[in-house]
Amino acid sequence: MTFSSEINTERCKLALEDGTIVTGVALGHRGETGGELCFNTSMTGYQEIMTDPSYHGQIMMMTYPHIGNYGATEFDMEARVPMVAGFVVRAYTDRYSNFAAQYSLDRFMRDHELVGISGVDTRTLVRHIREKGVMNAVISSDNLDNEYLLDRARNWPSMEGLELASRVSVEAAYDFSQGSGARIAVYDFGVKLNILRSFSAQDCEVRVFPHDTPLQDVLEWRPDGLFFSNGPGDPRAMPDTIRMVGEAVATGIPTFGICLGHQLMALSQGLKVYKMYVGHRGANHPVKNLNTGRVEVTTQNHGFAVDPESLAGGSAQMTHVNLNDKSLEGIHYQNFRGFSVQYHPEASPGPHDSRYLFDQFLDLIGKRTVSIDTDSSDTTSTASPSSLELELAQN
Amino acid sequence: MPKRTDINKILLIGSGPIIIGQACEFDYSGSQASRALRSEGYEIVLVNSNPATIMTDPVTADKIYLKPLTPESIKEIVELEKPDAVLPTMGGQTALNLASTLHEEGYWEEAGVEVIGVDIDAIAITENRQLFRNLMEKIGVDQARSHVARSLLEAKEITQELGGLPAVIRPSYTLGGAGGGIVWKPGEFDRKVMRGLELSPIHEVLMEECFFGWKEYELELLRDSNDNVIIICTIENVDPMGVHTGDSVTVAPAQTLSDKQFQDMRDAAIKMMRSIGSFAGGCNVQFAVHPATGRMIAIEINPRVSRSSALASKATGYPIAKVAARLAVGYTLDELPNDVTGTTSACFEPAIDYVVTKIPRFNFEKFEGVDEELTTQMKAVGEVMAIGRTFPESLQKAWQSLENGYSGLGADRETGDRNLVRDRLVRPYWDRTLHIRNALKMGASVEEVADMTRVDPWFLFQIADIVDMENRIETKLLADIDREMMFEVKRFGFSDIQIAYLVVDDVTEQQVREYRKSLGITPSYALVDTCAGEFPAQTPYFYSTYETSSESVRSDREKVVILGSGPNRIGQGIEFDYSCVHGVLAAREMGYEAIMINCNPETVSTDFDVADKLYFEPVFWERVLDIIEHEDPIGVIVQLGGQTALKIANQLHEQGIPIIGTSSTEMDLAEDRGKFSGILKELEIPFPPYGVATSVFEAIGVAEKIGYPILVRPSYVLGGQSMRIAINKEEVEEYVSLILKRFPGNQILLDLFLENGIEIDADAICDGDDVWISGIMQHIEPAGVHSGDSTAVLPPFNLSDTVIASIERYVTEIARRLNVVGLVNVQLVVKDEIVYVIEANPRASRTVPFVAKATGIPVSNIATKVMLGKKLSEFRESGALESSLVGFAIKEPVFSWEKFPEISKELGPEMKSTGEAIAFIDKLTDEHFRRPFEMRNLYLSR
Repeated sequence: MTFSSEINTERCKLALEDGTIVTGVALGHRGETGGELCFNTSMTGYQEIMTDPSYHGQIMMMTYPHIGNYGATEFDMEARVPMVAGFVVRAYTDRYSNFAAQYSLDRFMRDHELVGISGVDTRTLVRHIREKGVMNAVISSDNLDNEYLLDRARNWPSMEGLELASRVSVEAAYDFSQGSGARIAVYDFGVKLNILRSFSAQDCEVRVFPHDTPLQDVLEWRPDGLFFSNGPGDPRAMPDTIRMVGEAVATGIPTFGICLGHQLMALSQGLKVYKMYVGHRGANHPVKNLNTGRVEVTTQNHGFAVDPESLAGGSAQMTHVNLNDKSLEGIHYQNFRGFSVQYHPEASPGPHDSRYLFDQFLDLIGKRTVSIDTDSSDTTSTASPSSLELELAQN
Repeated sequence: MPKRTDINKILLIGSGPIIIGQACEFDYSGSQASRALRSEGYEIVLVNSNPATIMTDPVTADKIYLKPLTPESIKEIVELEKPDAVLPTMGGQTALNLASTLHEEGYWEEAGVEVIGVDIDAIAITENRQLFRNLMEKIGVDQARSHVARSLLEAKEITQELGGLPAVIRPSYTLGGAGGGIVWKPGEFDRKVMRGLELSPIHEVLMEECFFGWKEYELELLRDSNDNVIIICTIENVDPMGVHTGDSVTVAPAQTLSDKQFQDMRDAAIKMMRSIGSFAGGCNVQFAVHPATGRMIAIEINPRVSRSSALASKATGYPIAKVAARLAVGYTLDELPNDVTGTTSACFEPAIDYVVTKIPRFNFEKFEGVDEELTTQMKAVGEVMAIGRTFPESLQKAWQSLENGYSGLGADRETGDRNLVRDRLVRPYWDRTLHIRNALKMGASVEEVADMTRVDPWFLFQIADIVDMENRIETKLLADIDREMMFEVKRFGFSDIQIAYLVVDDVTEQQVREYRKSLGITPSYALVDTCAGEFPAQTPYFYSTYETSSESVRSDREKVVILGSGPNRIGQGIEFDYSCVHGVLAAREMGYEAIMINCNPETVSTDFDVADKLYFEPVFWERVLDIIEHEDPIGVIVQLGGQTALKIANQLHEQGIPIIGTSSTEMDLAEDRGKFSGILKELEIPFPPYGVATSVFEAIGVAEKIGYPILVRPSYVLGGQSMRIAINKEEVEEYVSLILKRFPGNQILLDLFLENGIEIDADAICDGDDVWISGIMQHIEPAGVHSGDSTAVLPPFNLSDTVIASIERYVTEIARRLNVVGLVNVQLVVKDEIVYVIEANPRASRTVPFVAKATGIPVSNIATKVMLGKKLSEFRESGALESSLVGFAIKEPVFSWEKFPEISKELGPEMKSTGEAIAFIDKLTDEHFRRPFEMRNLYLSR
């Protein structure tokens, strides 16, 4: 590989709606962008985060300083294109090193016209957001005038009350995979590809439907299970979808929801959803499964959450809890065949501790064929028994 | 599950004397575990033969046995104490092996003692290569591939199938693996394989894949009784496979793994931990990754806390040993809080927002003729860790921490010869990162350096960025560096000394500092918080960096800064950390805010809950001064941290920063041979004739005048570095040239060697006028063997009353005359009933913890309080100075000779031992006394 050793010094600014302005160097596409400034504490998986549809409209700041180390590939994608509105890092590395890398992260961002900024004191900004809450911001390498940038940041539309799923959902239904297992209908509110891959790894037949597909059209496909995907935006701003979800769960077909899908299912049952102060974004959140007592280290990415107090006395049962802040992470419904989690069992990026939930869904459907957690990876050791015995004797 | 109530008393096994490969990291883990379990209400019985440890202090455990780590003494203790359980995972391989042996004997079961923290039946799997291989195969974790060859042709075919050279040959059934090794080149293939086939009695060789040059990783795991597993830290080795991980430069977190690779590794590690039995505790797993294909294979698993877990604890802020101990008594991870944030759960995986670099510290100069090439056999005696926001910053800070004269990654002296740089790169050596910088500076490309070293290009690119920054500074006058550039330079970790060296104009470090401050560029301090800033944290654990806001808030309390002793090395080891920890505790007891500065991840002093505030920073002038300017303490304690801290005393004095205890002028008085002899003359104390020289010629003149044998040594060094006994003119010439080469510009001291004299070490505390002698130790070996390598007996075993009276008088008078406030150590030689004073050191000595353990008197604690203004009379009156010693205490040196098979064992004025053990005896007929006494003259050679 050959790299240019030229140091990029093109100036770029990040302005927050509360008046904070920091200067760095331009990363990725040159231009201007805006959105809600959030941070993610994952130390790996920057490209997956960048392409996660749930982050649509948000400016993502990575807390780990070196970003770009292992380059970018066409495989580390959770959607076909980047989904974040902007990207903020402390020390971007253009000269990457990894056997799987195809191009640099900067190249990838330029190709997809994604604006970013590097050289920023991200820790100070994280602490700032932690204290003041998430807020809107703009990044610009074009117009560096402070007043202009602050004005843009202050007038950027707020995420609260914003429906965004329609912007990232597919236009028309498509088949993701064929299989001899369960037929899974996926309501796409911004589904991560690894959710679809997780189903397909279970030999499922997966069809992805646009977010506003009438339930009847989906039912005509005769699915064994209905899946409500993750996605961006405020679920409370999706009344039609909530109504549809309510009807869907009432059909008796097994249902499973992740993240936004989890919130929509909750809202359809009259539970409450609130906007969190800073949200959870990272790959190290401990979640306890209240049924098994086991703890999973999970990937999280949400700014809204279901209020656990609204479950009281109803038929929704809390199954998972976040050990850090005791927030609600999973629900099992007794009045219909369904469950949901706030976090991301499909990981990517993040730990694989929660993949059992896909098994659980197929068990609910009654059509589990293979288990994700049963590792079928073949052993490459070719040592013959005789040689092993000899070596044993030597020891 | 909450903690177990069916056990009350727990036996904790320590790791014994410090040797290469098993150092003070186990004092750290043992102390943490003991404190954690005590706070849970368990009674802790601790056994360790190493007196220089905090874990063997009354502050740590309920009952302490300073006994040898043998099955016999463990049994003795068990009979006496009747513990309910034994925790063997905190004392390294020593403790684990000991527990294993007793398990095989069926002893634990018989005695009704439960082994906790590890599945004792599963230990064999981790120690036996074949059992491990079989298990990995069973659980589907990839391994080295191998095949048996019975002919050269088969060997060729197999090698081709394995992917070509290099390959490993393991002949079957040969003793000690004879005929085994790595085939590097096609040219040597036939010869090496044939030899292997011939040597094998059944004429078979195992051809195995060679991982040399693969990327190496380590994961630190914790698991609870509910089978929850979390990964605390990932560590990536800069040195690829082929160098022992203890000898490798390592970085946390892993830098060059994609999330997919990392999660595969995480899955494999968890699977491996779950496969070695059911237990609750800590575990370390190592992997190798092929740089071109990403193929990952498991290397080994250690079901205990390790050197890496100490590093991981310091790197992340997550107290692994403390949590592992609690898990061993039944807690599950979700029941424990994260001590760092105080509000979140301990069951999580730390996220860090900085880069940690560890560099090992070696002592090759102590062993003439040693092979310095790094291999799979560990050779390092200590290590430093540095924290920076980026890899360049942390790497430069790590070099500033090493205390080998560097002020960062080079850029403070001539780069050196092209051939030397090449030689140092083609094979692994300790200073590889420096020579990577040198090669890049000379114009080598990253590709060339990668070919030579197989270091991952990502690290090389980062070092290339440092070199680019160097090149930019080199074109500037100091005054031409603007604020923005200075900020960028400091963010790259450059010290003011390096900047002074690099700029066009001739400026001093001081001038750079002043200029930098005039631009408003000073370090900021960030918190090590386990969560990358996501949650507010409670722990006062900081590192310096250059960012836009600082998190270390100065309190309005009176503060004392205690300088630590830096990396462990021969001559300055755990003993000084012991004194530092007690200094911190004593200062806290007196109501001061105690601030610790140190960079050694293996130590108790860098545990974030020891001091009121911990700065994990190089004990390097610029960084120390930055902290002092930020904190504004009432003074600095320099006499506890060995030579490291002492070296800074003069600079502190020049800056007008108060030194707590003996002043730097008085310390200098003791170090300056001329002035010190003047004092001895004035006090009418005998000393051997001596002379001072600055050249070979002068030295020979002095030697001829004084006579032979004569002791030759440089001034201002610790552990007798480069000290030799010369018996003729030629040897004086040889030794002096060597010293001048190694320490250019240093003064040479020459003393008449008192052959067959009895050497005495005396430790004392002085409060300015009152003197208390804490211990007089008589060495069994004759004078000439370094005091650190001698077997010392407390109290003296065959000195006359008049000699002892003289020793007491001399020590007292010297302490008073030097105005010592705090500790002083005096070395004396008795010959023909005359007592000669060799030297006096107004600082903590290596023997302080030994004396404290032998007498039961908290010597360092008292000394610190005296430094802070208390009078000895207070302690005397309260009975705190009464020794509880019955019989004799013996300090036995422990060596690591087996790590250097090419070196023969010989003792002399240069210290070589890495650790020590203590033994208590009633009579001089005891083995512990008799054996060294009989062999006392054997090894003295130079």
